[in-house]
Amino acid sequence: MNFERDSARAVEDKNLQRALVNVTDRFRAARKRASDETPGWDALRDRAREIKKHTIAHLGDYLLQLEENVGKAGGHVHWARDGEEARNIIIDIARRNGVKSVVKSKSMATEEIELNAGLEAAGIRAVETDLGEYIIQLAGEHPSHIIAPAIHKTRHDISELFAEKLGVPYLSEPQELTKVARERLRDEFLGAGMGVSGANFGVAETGTIVIVENEGNARLTTTVPRIHVALMGIEKMLPRFGDLSLFLPLLVRSATGQKTSTYISLITGPRRAGDKDGPEEFHLVLLDNGRSGILANPETRESLYCIRCGACLNNCPVYRKVGGHSYGWVYSGPIGAIINPQLMGIDEAPELPFASSLCGACRDVCPVKIDFPKVLLELRSEVVTRKEKTGGASALLEALSFRFWRAVVMRRKIYELALRLSYHVQRPWKARGGVLRSLPYPFSRWTDERDFPAVSETPFRERWKKMSRKGDTL
Amino acid sequence: MRANLFITCLVDTFFPQVGESMVKVLERLGVDVHFPGEQTCCGQPAFNSGYRNDARAVAERFVSVFGDALSKGGEEESYVVCPSGSCTTMVKVFYKELFHNESLMLDKLDYIVGRTYEFSEFLVKVLGRTDVGARYDGVVTYHDSCHLLRELGVKDAPRELIASVEGLEFREMALHDSCCGFGGTFSIKFPKVSVSMLDEKIESITGTGADTVVSSDMGCLMNIGGAISRRKLPVKVMHLAELLASTGKG
Repeated sequence: MNFERDSARAVEDKNLQRALVNVTDRFRAARKRASDETPGWDALRDRAREIKKHTIAHLGDYLLQLEENVGKAGGHVHWARDGEEARNIIIDIARRNGVKSVVKSKSMATEEIELNAGLEAAGIRAVETDLGEYIIQLAGEHPSHIIAPAIHKTRHDISELFAEKLGVPYLSEPQELTKVARERLRDEFLGAGMGVSGANFGVAETGTIVIVENEGNARLTTTVPRIHVALMGIEKMLPRFGDLSLFLPLLVRSATGQKTSTYISLITGPRRAGDKDGPEEFHLVLLDNGRSGILANPETRESLYCIRCGACLNNCPVYRKVGGHSYGWVYSGPIGAIINPQLMGIDEAPELPFASSLCGACRDVCPVKIDFPKVLLELRSEVVTRKEKTGGASALLEALSFRFWRAVVMRRKIYELALRLSYHVQRPWKARGGVLRSLPYPFSRWTDERDFPAVSETPFRERWKKMSRKGDTL
Repeated sequence: MRANLFITCLVDTFFPQVGESMVKVLERLGVDVHFPGEQTCCGQPAFNSGYRNDARAVAERFVSVFGDALSKGGEEESYVVCPSGSCTTMVKVFYKELFHNESLMLDKLDYIVGRTYEFSEFLVKVLGRTDVGARYDGVVTYHDSCHLLRELGVKDAPRELIASVEGLEFREMALHDSCCGFGGTFSIKFPKVSVSMLDEKIESITGTGADTVVSSDMGCLMNIGGAISRRKLPVKVMHLAELLASTGKG
């Protein structure tokens, strides 16, 4: 990944910029309205945070309880240490049952383990059925937003894509495009031997998994095919069924500003005797893939409280400019900046903890009040500690400049000398109006598009001496 | 009442007039102003960049310098007052992170934190003043510094102070609480993103038709001001202290 390169490209992309402003403005306003209308919103967030804190602290117990109750309901639970294990478990289930084609509902966890590529390599066709996911699957791309995966594509992009990949005429109306997708997908649902979904929550007390959606495709994915496999990150646990009465409204209102989503599916095991529909087999795959490593770190553990509503993305001034793909992996925005490095390994995404101005707008809207700036700062210090051991020339240079800075500010006399020296050193760069217009690298990164202030001839401490001599007459 | 100025290295080095303005306002209100001359920097640049060891050394020095300053002055109530939401945040919020395992240091810190205020909050909350006798003929808009707003929760104090200035018209900008793209070293680590955020901020400022933009942090203002000056826009950039020091007589 290369955040600097990709983000610089993103800010130049006019279509993307327009799309990002539209989408984030719309989601932002909707979330704000919904939260303003909910009495005691802030107290609900505190309560949710407490529950998550408790759940994550006792995660092992709750996962075992979930396993037991899914089993009692007739389902099977599988434990996957990493993406590869999870893929193999799902491929095995498909193979055992002679499944040739799979329908999928939207799931970031399946993106995380690159399930589609895995299934295809095993000769199994996988079709995304969420409209946004369907679009990016046709385009061969990755989601750029947790809940709105195709926001980086314009209507025109989609019209062209459908014409090219689906052999339909160029359709400009969203309704027409949706109709085409709906017709194609209907056949996929009916022909699929297996449906793969994610899970928004897993309830330990009842062995229930919960799926929140607006299109109805997840309902079909989990009921029409003979087998349903759900992939769930282990942090999605909730202890009690009653906790849903808090978490469902928090999730939906934070995500889209709806009071509730169009569909909420509560799935406890496979079809029971006498049921009219539902799968004959139900499998739940529990995915670790680095999460227990986050659990082990008390300073960043709250990263696991996330319920993937996407509010932090919509309210992030950085995400608003750089879009999802700049973050280089499935998760983007503030949540991506804190969990990508922790899930992938910090050496894989060392730029991400720095890809934030630490403005804290994300924490203000987070339904579980994750302290993003705190976690980002914690991860920055981890990156620096590792770089100091293994880093190259630029890391060394940065470390040295902070060592030098420290030597200066630790001694008043040297600090004052440095003020005087920099006043003289800056002279060649000083332009009219007393500003610096072009400085050498790395300060050129400031002065390319902004003026930099000049060091004052008389710093405040000098002026203070004169002021205080005048007594209190000011 | 005694105010020990925590002037910040940015104001000391680049914007000494902001410090002078702050002294003017405080003295106008009868505060006994002091400047602990040993002070240098609070350590935030290193802390934000991940260099915690360097930040700790500098923070320990700060605690000792301002601990001493607060202990002087006898019976008089003594405070630390700072013209920056961000540097105040470093001391009041981030120092606790930095020293979170050291109870002795945390005790010393508690003493300082309870007496440390950002300038606008000090005026409104401690002195109970919103009208400080300022006059300014102009149309003013205000940029919320992220640290002052979201780490320290100060939103109204600067607005109340601005509203009490005689002769000015205040216009709230649309994106008043959006980050300007400064973020310390963020601004040179990812300059394209930083400037793109700044563009939207500048648009929001000029959209109000204001001739003056005011804020409570010179970090934000050197970023905003850097673009305004490069683009030769007809907008003055001013720290709140400068606005409040102004008496409208040239």
